[in-house]
Amino acid sequence: MDKLTGQVLLKKGAEASLYLADWHGRKVVVKMRILKKYRPQVLDERIRSYRTVHEPQLMHEAKAAGVLTPLIYMVSVAESLIVMEYIEGKQVKQLLNEASKAERRELCVGIGELIGKLHKNGLIHGDLTTSNMIQSRGGKVFLVDFGLGEKNVELEAQGVDLHLMKRALQSTHYRFWEECFSNVLCGYSSVLGLDAAERVYEKIREIERRGRYVDERKQ
Amino acid sequence: MRNPQKDQQTKQAYCLGIESTADDFGVGICSFDGDILANKSDGYIPTEGGIHPREAARHHAEVADKVLNHALTAAKVKPSDLSVIAFSQGPGLGPCLRTGATVARALASYLDIPLVGINHSVAHIEIGKLKTGAQDPVTLYASGGNTMVTAFDSGRYRVFGETLDIALGNCLDVFAREAGLKHKKGFPLGAAVEKLALEGKRLVSLPYVVKGMDLSLSGLLTAATALLYKGDFRLEDLCYSLQEHAFSMVTEVTERALAHTEKREVLLTGGVAANKRLQQMLAVIAQEHDASFHVVPLEFATDNGAMIAWTGVLAYKHGLQTPVDESFVRLRWRVDKVDVPWIS
Repeated sequence: MDKLTGQVLLKKGAEASLYLADWHGRKVVVKMRILKKYRPQVLDERIRSYRTVHEPQLMHEAKAAGVLTPLIYMVSVAESLIVMEYIEGKQVKQLLNEASKAERRELCVGIGELIGKLHKNGLIHGDLTTSNMIQSRGGKVFLVDFGLGEKNVELEAQGVDLHLMKRALQSTHYRFWEECFSNVLCGYSSVLGLDAAERVYEKIREIERRGRYVDERKQ
Repeated sequence: MRNPQKDQQTKQAYCLGIESTADDFGVGICSFDGDILANKSDGYIPTEGGIHPREAARHHAEVADKVLNHALTAAKVKPSDLSVIAFSQGPGLGPCLRTGATVARALASYLDIPLVGINHSVAHIEIGKLKTGAQDPVTLYASGGNTMVTAFDSGRYRVFGETLDIALGNCLDVFAREAGLKHKKGFPLGAAVEKLALEGKRLVSLPYVVKGMDLSLSGLLTAATALLYKGDFRLEDLCYSLQEHAFSMVTEVTERALAHTEKREVLLTGGVAANKRLQQMLAVIAQEHDASFHVVPLEFATDNGAMIAWTGVLAYKHGLQTPVDESFVRLRWRVDKVDVPWIS
C-alpha cells in the first residue's frame, strides 16, 4: 500500500471497494475486498483470499484468450487487494441505454464474441453483467470483475455463465433485453461454431427448467 | 358489480383474501384503509416427508369453512359487508391453489362481488411494506418454496437474484428431515435447525456457491447430508455450518442487489425470516450501506391470508379484477411478470 497515493473512492460495491489512486505515476484502480462482518471470520477469510488470488489469474488467462482485461500491477493476499490498470471509458450498462439500435447490435455481438473466446479457452467469468464491461476511449470492450470466475470446461458452467448474462439483461435492460441477448448469442456462436453454441443453448434451457416457477418447466 | 370508486369513498369496504399456495390454508380480512381485521390459518403437517400436494389440498378443502368462519367472526364482518374477494392465483402447488381458487370463486359468485387473482410473491412484499413501513425496499423473500431478491423498478418487482435450484427453507427442511428431526405444530423444522445451530461451535467447510447475483443451494445440501451420514461431526456443528454457509450466500446476493439498486431499505420476509441469525446478517449489510432494516412480523412473514387481502385491496383500487373465466391458477407465475400499477 505504501506506494499508493491520492486514493479516491470510486465505488463501494457489495464485495469490494474500488479506489482510484496513483501508483508510481500511473493511474490505477485498487480493488480492496472488505472484511464481511456478517459471516464467520474463517469463512470470510477463505472466500476473500480465494477470490483475490483467482481473479488476477483469470484476468491473465483471459488476455491469453484474446479478451481485454486491465493489467495487473500488484496483488496482496494479506490485505485482499489488487492493484490494476485504470480503464478510461464508459460502462456498457450506460452505453446500451444511450445507444441506437444498430449500435446496440454491434456492442452486443462484440460482447458475445468475448464470452465465446472465454468459454472456448475453458474460462468462466461468473458475473456477466453490463456493469462489468467497460468500453475504452478507443472503442474496445474490456471485461472486469472476475472475482466469481473459474476455470471450467463443462457445459454446465458455460450455460450458467450465459444464463446470468441473460438475467442481467432482463433486470437492467428490460426494455430491449431480448434483442440484446439474441445478438450476444449471435456473437457467441460466431466464435464457438453453431454446433457447440447450440449445445450451450440447450444447457441454458435445462438450467432454466431447474429453477422455480418458470414457464419452460414441464407440467 | 360494484364500482371501485364508490367503494373507496365509503369507509366500510373490506376485502377477504384466501391463501392456499402450499401447506397453509389462510383467510385474511382487510379494510380498504389497510387495517388487518383477521388473519386465520390452518396448516397441513405431513406425517412423514415433505408436502404431498394432494394431501395438502385435501386438508385445505376440509378446513376451508372452519377457517373462513373464524376469520369472519374475528373481524366482526358479515359476508354481505365484503366488497371484493382476493385469492392467491400462483405460483404454488396446483392442487392446493385450485382448492383456494374454488372457494374464492364460490364466495365471489354467491355474494355477487368481484374476484381478484393475486401473485403470492407480490403479496409477501406488499404486506411486508404495510407492516414495517418500508416504502421502496430491496426484499429478500426466503421460504420453503422461494428464495429471491427483488426490488421495484418501472412498474414491476424485478428479480435481482434468486436460487438456481432449491429454496433456502427447503434446504434447511430436507437436512432436518434427513437428521431425523420432526415438524411439530408451532415448531417447524427450520426452528429445530436454528435451535441446534446455537449449540454449534465448529465451522465445517461446505460448498459456497454464488453465481453472479444468483446462488445454488443443492450442492450445499448434498454435502451437508453426506457429512451427516458419515457421522464424524456433531449434528449441532453441522446445523451451525449449514446455516452459516447458506445465510452468508443469501446475504451476499442481497448485498449485491442493494449496492446495485442503491435503495435505502432492506426487507426480510417469508418463513425463513423467523431465523434470528439470518436477521442478524442482513442487519449488518443494511447498516454498512446506510439502509434501514425491516423484518416482517412472523404472522405476516409466513404464508397468510391477510397479505392476499391487502394486495387485493391495492389491486382492486387500481381497477384490477379477474373474471371467473380467467381465474385459472398459474403454477409458475413469476413475480417479474406482474404489473403493479399501485406504485408510481
